[in-house]
Amino acid sequence: MTDNLTKDVPSPPAGEGAVPAQATDAPATDAPATGAVPAATGAVPAATAEAGGATRGRPAGGGDELVRVTDLTKLFPVRRGTLVRRGAGAVRAVDGVGFAIDRGTTLGLVGESGSGKSTTGRLISRLLEPTSGSVVFDGRDISHLSTRELRPLRRDIQMIFQDPYSSLNPRHTIGAIVAAPLRIQKQVPRGGVRNRVRELLELVGLNPEHYNRYPNEFSGGQRQRIGIARALATRPKLIIADEPVSALDVSIRAQIINLLDGLRTDFGLTYLFIAHDLSMVRHLSDRVAVMYLGQIIELADRTDLFEGALHPYTHALLSAVPIPDPTSHRRRERIRLRDEVPSPLDPPPACRFHPRCWKAQELCRTEAPPLLERTPGHQVACHFPEKRDVV
Amino acid sequence: MTGPAPTGTPFLQVRDLTVSFRTDDGVVHAVDKLSFSVERGRTLGIVGESGSGKSVTSLAIMGLHRRGRRVGIDGEIRLDGEDLVTAAAERVRGLRGRRMAMIFQDPLSSMHPQFTVGEQIVEAYRVHNRVSRATARRRATELLELVGIPEPARRLDDYPHQFSGGMRQRAMIAMAVSCNPELLIADEPTTALDVTVQAQILDLMRELQKEFNSAIIIITHDLGVVAEISDDILVMYAGQAMEHGPVEEVFAHAEHPYTWGLLQSITRLDRQLETTLRTIPGSPPSLINVPPGCPFHPRCTYRELAGPAASTVRPPLTETSPGHRVACHLPVEQRRRLLREEVTPTL
Amino acid sequence: MARFILGRLIGGIVILWLVSVLAFVLFFVIPKALGNNPAVLFAGRSPDPATIAGVTKKLGLDRSYVDQYWDFLRGVFVGRHFDSGSDRSWCPAPCLGYSFRNDQPVWSQIVDALPVTASLSFGAAALFLVIGVSTGVFSAVRRGGLFDRIAAAVSLAGVSLPVYFTGLLLLLLVSYKWHIIDNVHYVNFTHNPALWAWNLIPAWLVLSLLYTANYQRLTRASMIETLGEDYVRTARAKGLPERTVIGKHALRPALTPIVTIFGLDLGVLFGGAILTEHTFGFRGLGAISIDAVNTQDLPVTMGVTLFAAFFIILANVLVDVTYAIIDPRVRPS
Repeated sequence: MTDNLTKDVPSPPAGEGAVPAQATDAPATDAPATGAVPAATGAVPAATAEAGGATRGRPAGGGDELVRVTDLTKLFPVRRGTLVRRGAGAVRAVDGVGFAIDRGTTLGLVGESGSGKSTTGRLISRLLEPTSGSVVFDGRDISHLSTRELRPLRRDIQMIFQDPYSSLNPRHTIGAIVAAPLRIQKQVPRGGVRNRVRELLELVGLNPEHYNRYPNEFSGGQRQRIGIARALATRPKLIIADEPVSALDVSIRAQIINLLDGLRTDFGLTYLFIAHDLSMVRHLSDRVAVMYLGQIIELADRTDLFEGALHPYTHALLSAVPIPDPTSHRRRERIRLRDEVPSPLDPPPACRFHPRCWKAQELCRTEAPPLLERTPGHQVACHFPEKRDVV
Repeated sequence: MTGPAPTGTPFLQVRDLTVSFRTDDGVVHAVDKLSFSVERGRTLGIVGESGSGKSVTSLAIMGLHRRGRRVGIDGEIRLDGEDLVTAAAERVRGLRGRRMAMIFQDPLSSMHPQFTVGEQIVEAYRVHNRVSRATARRRATELLELVGIPEPARRLDDYPHQFSGGMRQRAMIAMAVSCNPELLIADEPTTALDVTVQAQILDLMRELQKEFNSAIIIITHDLGVVAEISDDILVMYAGQAMEHGPVEEVFAHAEHPYTWGLLQSITRLDRQLETTLRTIPGSPPSLINVPPGCPFHPRCTYRELAGPAASTVRPPLTETSPGHRVACHLPVEQRRRLLREEVTPTL
Repeated sequence: MARFILGRLIGGIVILWLVSVLAFVLFFVIPKALGNNPAVLFAGRSPDPATIAGVTKKLGLDRSYVDQYWDFLRGVFVGRHFDSGSDRSWCPAPCLGYSFRNDQPVWSQIVDALPVTASLSFGAAALFLVIGVSTGVFSAVRRGGLFDRIAAAVSLAGVSLPVYFTGLLLLLLVSYKWHIIDNVHYVNFTHNPALWAWNLIPAWLVLSLLYTANYQRLTRASMIETLGEDYVRTARAKGLPERTVIGKHALRPALTPIVTIFGLDLGVLFGGAILTEHTFGFRGLGAISIDAVNTQDLPVTMGVTLFAAFFIILANVLVDVTYAIIDPRVRPS
């Protein structure tokens, strides 16, 4: 991930002329009508719904936006030098990302190492501050709120992390862990904190009597349930789940996926689901964004993406997923990418995927493809998009 | 993949393997009376969750458990006919890295951070063949080339941290195959990798097998990986074998409720979407308190059908069709009916 | 790599300069501000004003602090004149001034004491490093075994017993009771190497006992950690002999923290193992600095301080460089 990229690495000039070169200070009204990267920075969500998310039972565009991210960029400066630390370029972890999530829907964010998917999640939850671009949550620009201003917001946006072992303090009882957000928010629910915590534990399928136990007495799956209970404590509107099941056993994953799914229906939650497992993302998401080296290269409704992907990288990703059917790999078309994802410190110019793309032409090496809407709700950043059946 | 048809004696034969650890909380039976075999040119996929004993099994084959008061190993591990359980430690060491080799999950932590990639790759080769420095270096270049690392001669003097994740795993593979081992054990070799790199590594393993005709054991929790690369599959649970057979047979006609549960609970790209996933209730047992009888019975949907034996008698691994063995109390006919009527429609 | 070493060296020089400024302020500026005229200290018992004036002029104490510091610095690098009008002397570089007490150049005192301290600290360091690391490795490999348990007990005793106790005890035994070495004293190495070593052995033992215990425990902990690393398992999986696995794959990373501490310990030891020198009556840097402090001999105190600082900083630079050699990950690419 981007976490280990902040080491001293020789740095090139950061990828200039990379993709969506929209100035962040451009007035919202100048947004091109072609439906490229949504460039609205305004706080009126309903006015820019043209590329909004589609939902189960809710047509594309008719959505009620909870989150709108516009031209979001995060640079992590890289420093080097022994005596005098001097800047030496920056990792463009997230570079001009834009999308919207409608209330009650799930946006899946997929990508490989260095794609910036986790950083994007942290920017939206404002664990990180964006370098430029904006995050509008529930009609309010939260991109640069101060720590103090963020505090009430933490109630509405909660995160679930990958590792249920390191994300729970081993010295606190699970009661204390689940109650922590309530305490920090100084919320006293009806019936008291203790009752609320019991209710939450029961909700996530844990025995409420285990209130006074410590995390080490629970299995990985149970710990992840504790993490979910904690995230639900303040009745958030948005839950950002960063690889919530990757660390769990196969038979436990399904339990947690079902739990997350059920909670969404029951409480009308909105999810940003970050994962590298495409089949999991397909199961949980209404819309899916595929990221590569800090940029979204394809964004579409689930069915469109998994059955009618247009970007060669998406094809390669889908093709690489092993299918649990021994007879399938003889039928399947195999797309094997060359090499690995290049360093985000030195992303290739123009289309960032071109060095690994079998379809790359001269155009791909010289001009970055904008994220364009090809069919309603289906955006792709490729000069030569085409449909292809790879699963 | 499909290797040659079974012939004669298998290269690796494990019989009634039991590995137990004495801990402060009691004796852990990590592997319990496990039997299987692998032939040259074929790949066995061992599938299981954490605590299923799959990694302990591989370390036992390699002789990497430190024998002593705390570790007990019983049964037979025959490598080309020779029993490794009773063999002297020095003898097993001589086989390690030469006739059998291992690839580990996390190439970053499994490679020494302070030695160059080249040095590490040929270390086993030098120990087992006593060759000159120059010969070893040539061999290292050859090996890096073999596993598809560009500019091998130049990358030889790099340190592991200068390699990318996929290249590190390639280097690990080069390290393992340096003496052309006849048995290669890969413990979750692609779990730490990105999906596109995983596909490259699986391809590489297939190619190497074709070239060296080695027996491969691949340990994984990913049923997709098993389906792609294995000839046979062994499903383990709580240190015991639940189901074992040719991969196509097991995926098409699984007979163990645990295998059903695994197949049902995964999300897969090649199926219609479902609203809710089927799950296996509960979680894998602690190995200190393995349930008596069938270890899976507390989580088994069909335990009532098996009667009281489920919780008292351990079901033997019995062959139900050629090469396909299942450890389940349910009568075969009933299992097949359940598969047909209840399980297959949900897959 | 060369740039890395150069960078560390420059860093070391900057720190040394800062220490010299600090020492100057501490020994010359602050005493004067508190009314302790260094000239009076130099001039001896109940001096007359003319002597004090002469001394003040000679030492340049009438000049501004900046000029005085500059004179001092020049003395170190090119030498300086001390001139009171009546008598004029040239103090060649490296000049750290003259002792207030016996008028000897500070530098020559340090040069005289250095072999004693160097013999004591290098010998003891070699001893505790070899014994500490090897017993630590052995303890880690046979963790929980008899050797490990005995080593732990000896270790604890070693850390707990003060040098003046073990030192005096040893002296009592070897010198007064058994008469193995009569009258332990420092013999110059060039004079008689055998006698040099023979006389130093008790001091080496005493000094290293303290450190051996630390190194044993440190190595043990560090080795236990690396023995559990995945790459050690990989080394075993290759079929390497156990001695290669332990001596190469496990020990090298385990040494990294030990090198760091060893460098610092060596630097500190060079500043003078005061208690040990005192116990055995060796005139090393430790003894000189104690005397200088007791007699308010400012130039000597300052000289020894700077000298000790120089070694500690040098040790630090060496540690950094060694670290980069041992661990390629900290090497600049």
